[in-house]
Amino acid sequence: MKMTITEKILAAHCGQKEVRTGDLINARVDIALGNDITAPIAIKEFEKSGAKKVFDKEKIVLVPDHFTPNKDILSAEHAKILREFAHQQDITHYFELGRMGVEHALLPEEGIVVPGDLIIGADSHTCTYGALGAFSTGVGSTDLAAAMITGEVWFKVPASMLFVYSGKLKKWVGGKDLILYTIGKIGVDGASYKSMEFSGETIDSLDIDGRFTMANMAIEAGAKNGIFHVDQATESYLKGRAKRPYTIFKSDPGAQYMEKYEFNCSQIEPQVAFPHLPENSRPVTEAADITIDQAVIGSCTNGRYSDLLEAATILKGRKVNKNVRLIIIPATQKIYKQAMNDGLLDIFLDAEAIVSTPTCGPCLGGHMGVLAKGERAIATTNRNFVGRMGHPKSEIYLSNPSVAAASAVLGRIAHPIEVVGE
Amino acid sequence: MAHKGKAWKFGADVDTDAIIPARYLNTSDPAELAKHCMEDADPEFMSKMSSGDVIVAGKNFGCGSSREHAPISLKAAGVSCVIAKSFARIFYRNSFNVGLPIFESEAASEKIQAGDEIEVDPGKGVISNLTRKESYKTTPIPPFMMELIEDGGLMKHIQKRFG
Repeated sequence: MKMTITEKILAAHCGQKEVRTGDLINARVDIALGNDITAPIAIKEFEKSGAKKVFDKEKIVLVPDHFTPNKDILSAEHAKILREFAHQQDITHYFELGRMGVEHALLPEEGIVVPGDLIIGADSHTCTYGALGAFSTGVGSTDLAAAMITGEVWFKVPASMLFVYSGKLKKWVGGKDLILYTIGKIGVDGASYKSMEFSGETIDSLDIDGRFTMANMAIEAGAKNGIFHVDQATESYLKGRAKRPYTIFKSDPGAQYMEKYEFNCSQIEPQVAFPHLPENSRPVTEAADITIDQAVIGSCTNGRYSDLLEAATILKGRKVNKNVRLIIIPATQKIYKQAMNDGLLDIFLDAEAIVSTPTCGPCLGGHMGVLAKGERAIATTNRNFVGRMGHPKSEIYLSNPSVAAASAVLGRIAHPIEVVGE
Repeated sequence: MAHKGKAWKFGADVDTDAIIPARYLNTSDPAELAKHCMEDADPEFMSKMSSGDVIVAGKNFGCGSSREHAPISLKAAGVSCVIAKSFARIFYRNSFNVGLPIFESEAASEKIQAGDEIEVDPGKGVISNLTRKESYKTTPIPPFMMELIEDGGLMKHIQKRFG
């Protein structure tokens, strides 16, 4: 039988030669992830069940990244539950502050997730690792608890949707724009319960960070997972990084797709998703008169080095508009340090942006940039739901880092060429 | 067990940030989470609803974040069940895992009006609208999910399997 890359990875993890759409399987988990919001509930369930030991201390990853550095006493208590459990179980991949980064930037950077893996995480953006040719999906805390005990998780094998991108991207257009454009076409439930497989010549020339951004937002179309094939770019990213040997899976020619979308990308403009759903994406030029109070550059979607570099290109020698707070959050300590060594932090500070230690913080309205009633932000994050970044009467526009930086300079949503020229 | 109560209507794509905003996720105490249930979709929901009431929504209910706090807060708030045209994937799993009854029914989602008296018989898969004297079929619950319910949730199910 011809199979997709997703079907092959699932088959390999349940000891079967082949699986078909709709099959119910019990799959072996390579990595199970939790954070300071979701893991405390999983730990409570783990303890309530009477379990004594996790199935494999090497395969569980705990990252306190959401409300850390602890924003209040209750958050501190949650982070403490994580820390104590990690110590008690001798969890290999527990990341204390100082080594902590935003989880979906951190795990690939550390080489903890590799191609062919089956990864679950009690965080919806766990789908990010599909950029490396892994099957990776978000679950809830109880599913995480069960996986921490058994090393297994049940799945229904999803149908696959194929997305083929062709054409050369315009300047200032990248992975964020492609995924916002795609969600705009299919809707926030356009890939519900499905696998999104990304391919085509545009993808072949997209850098790995751009692929992380796209896979990251597969959940915003309701997908179970988003996935890319491994190529030269993936291999060079993994070199010197991958902590385990890995298996490369490929979709068979003739594999079954329930739907196929083909997008010519040569005319796509930078995209902005209007409030209050990621599917409300439009070319940035349609948002030109919208003033902003805050801009956020960071998160598991766009807090990687190339994102910061893109922002720095815009901000170099310029100042943030006096009506705007620009918050820049390198996603990991390594990204932070590289940004420092390469002079990016100087550019940001000279532009009068603020630079934060890694945290999910403002993306989910936690801390480090919560919005007041009536305020409007542009953000490189992933969700613009009502109240996502603060007051339910605030507004969020989603964009790529260059658009967010240009908007911070002009005080209104702007195309980067309005700041740096053609 | 039948679920009976008054219907509260919500639209399409109700996300988990609307069900329980992240600003309250510094606790996992069900009673605390219940206080803010549906707050960003309807700030007065908790003061208006009565225990046993039913939420009726459009497509893609529970989209967004994987927070299990969402079904936990609905259950602790006393919402007896959620009926929607469709559910987002992670919310669907989480609801079964925490024991929040959820039912998929396009007809019920469209025809039930706010304030209607609703009764759901999960065994028969029938939603009765006592106000309008109508009834609607629910999409059958997959056999494996039924097994989970019968075992008393995922944790009890794996305890049974793994001893």
